Amino acid sequence: MGERCAVIGVGQTRYTTKRTDVSIAGLVREAAIRALDDAGLTFADIDAVVVGKAPDLFEGVMMPEAYLADALGAAGKPMMRVHTAGSVGGSTALVGASLIQGGVHDRVLVVAFEKQSESNATWALSTHLPFGASLVVGAGGYFAPHIREYMRRSGAPDHIGALVAVKDRRNALKNPYAHLRIPGIDRAMVESTPMLWEPIRYLETCPSSDGACAIVLASEKAVTGTPAWIHGAAMRSEPLTRAGRETVSPQAGKDCAADVYRQAGVTDPRRDIDVAEVYVPFSWYEPMWLENLGFAPENEGWKLTEAGCTALDGDIPWNASGGVLSSNPIGASGLIRFAEAALQVRGMAGEHQVEGAATALGHAYGGGAQFFAMWIVSNRKP
Amino acid sequence: MRDVAIVAFAQTTHTGHDTGLTEAEMLHPVIEEVRRATGLSRFGFTCSGSCDYLAGAPFSFVSALDALGAWPPISESHVEMDAAFALYEAWVRLQHGDIDSALVYGFGKSSTGELREIMTLQLDPYYLAPLGLDQVSYAALQAAALGRDRTELDEIVRRSRADGRANPHALDLPDPSGAEYEVEPLRPYDIAPITDGAAAIVLAAGDLARELAENPAYIGGIAHRIEPHYLGMRDLSRSPSAADAARAAGVGKGPVDVAELHVQFSHEEPILRAALELPEDTVINPSGGPLAANPVMATGLIRLGEAARRILDGGARRAVAHATSGPCLQQNLVAVLESAPSSQEGARRG
Repeated sequence: MGERCAVIGVGQTRYTTKRTDVSIAGLVREAAIRALDDAGLTFADIDAVVVGKAPDLFEGVMMPEAYLADALGAAGKPMMRVHTAGSVGGSTALVGASLIQGGVHDRVLVVAFEKQSESNATWALSTHLPFGASLVVGAGGYFAPHIREYMRRSGAPDHIGALVAVKDRRNALKNPYAHLRIPGIDRAMVESTPMLWEPIRYLETCPSSDGACAIVLASEKAVTGTPAWIHGAAMRSEPLTRAGRETVSPQAGKDCAADVYRQAGVTDPRRDIDVAEVYVPFSWYEPMWLENLGFAPENEGWKLTEAGCTALDGDIPWNASGGVLSSNPIGASGLIRFAEAALQVRGMAGEHQVEGAATALGHAYGGGAQFFAMWIVSNRKP
Repeated sequence: MRDVAIVAFAQTTHTGHDTGLTEAEMLHPVIEEVRRATGLSRFGFTCSGSCDYLAGAPFSFVSALDALGAWPPISESHVEMDAAFALYEAWVRLQHGDIDSALVYGFGKSSTGELREIMTLQLDPYYLAPLGLDQVSYAALQAAALGRDRTELDEIVRRSRADGRANPHALDLPDPSGAEYEVEPLRPYDIAPITDGAAAIVLAAGDLARELAENPAYIGGIAHRIEPHYLGMRDLSRSPSAADAARAAGVGKGPVDVAELHVQFSHEEPILRAALELPEDTVINPSGGPLAANPVMATGLIRLGEAARRILDGGARRAVAHATSGPCLQQNLVAVLESAPSSQEGARRG
């Protein structure tokens, strides 16, 4: 792990379908300044800037970090650009943390964003010939068969997905930055919406959002304000097309979780972790990741969801912020999970604060459920 | 800082045309070559550089994982930058001290698109890209701002192409000739050729470096800097970000036998030479440099590999490698490679 590293500032924009009032530069700068304000710092205090986002086709700007250097106060400093598909927001936080853990810098600004209104997400995410068979189904169409396989194996009842959709959207009503706000949402409302990709209904999917998230990371000697200390950080990747790949509960996810748990001394995640922000873009991924991350035995994740264990007042709240199901500027979605985990252990999550949260998991995944990034943060110094 | 060295380097025989291989197919033999050279089949960390816009499709790096056969799952990350910056990320990761090896690779096929127009999309989408300024045009602005003698630029191209012809991995390009301009003052031969290719490097730390290579190329210093994006805010005849990175990497702390510079246009060589304050006797781009082979997204990594190769071969004691990104040398990375570790004083940090 190297040197100690802490999150000392978090900044988010209010996630929404279209931010027509700001440029891309204006959007990222808004998040960056809020993160710096939270840390009590200015751009002058930052040693290096790390930018993350999903495919450049989303905005039609190739390697936009070059253009964003000025807006992020990076001129004269090192700047990097990370891209690891949907997990990129998490990976970007880890690359930023690595600069401090490696002893290279003392304060790093990490920013991730997506301005999805500039383009069409399904188009921007779809490969085509000669690079791959074009399914033209987007992410939902790709993941639906994996969900159906999970339902078949686990025997989970059909309504579990709707429960997650309701729970996360109710949490979103307590988060001022959340995109989707659906007062009065309930299971009947979710089940009345159109079926998009069997078994995923309209209200069981994530939105397309414009938004940016930023965090300020510091070495031990450069900490200001309230730190969330990093106790574990890990990335894992596996090939998309390996024959026999377990796509329902990927090995890379299990290995990544085992790595961060080992670093953080977590032996029983459900007991040792107080709150988790987990990348759930389609409702059914909550029970699936509950198992992949070791919170529940195989084929039993849905029972935790059904029993309300993952609700804000449950024993292991998942996605108190409303999660990806409520806000999804894709490139930023992973960083939002990592940032919300930090907010929780800093006691700064506002209305969706989990009382007494001391240890939190931030999680992101991407590609064909093949890229994973995770960290564990705590209010205690490691 | 921990001693980290380049212990293996491999690159494709670059081509000026599409050979029909996918990026993953192009990459696979290069990965195999560095695995054979080091005897390592798995690495503590893997990091790559590539660009979706070259293929015009998302997730170029995803299929690369298939070329790697990343199983069991690997600790891996990717930069949407030249792979030289992936090497930087891997060097940082090795500083944590818990792993000893890293695989870095980059790849790109610029033959399949119109590179100079694609690069326009890298500009500010509101104020610059709509002007339609393409890569050669903005490079020409820089060449005009520098205002070097035509004979000096011709000599840079002549030397680079001659060295490239002697490099089995580079393209075979004739001596420069012709008086027409591509975009004045740049002639067609001042522009790095369209090239498909890939490259891979293995980094090793501590004792492992000595075990894997007889003459490891130790990274004595490595740093990078970016400068303002807008061309009008910069003195295009200079590269302050390259100069800052060179100072942070410690280029001036000793003699430089060889320098491999990411020169995509002939006029960039004198700009970089001045920014890095390279001694008169330093041999520049003995591989031919990017003017003889420019597989975009791997070109900067190849500079690190070619510079390291001079030390791995036992021929050079101290070499400098440079990589760039962004319009008109906006972002620059500089590394110092040495035949001896600098552990006593610690590598300069960046």
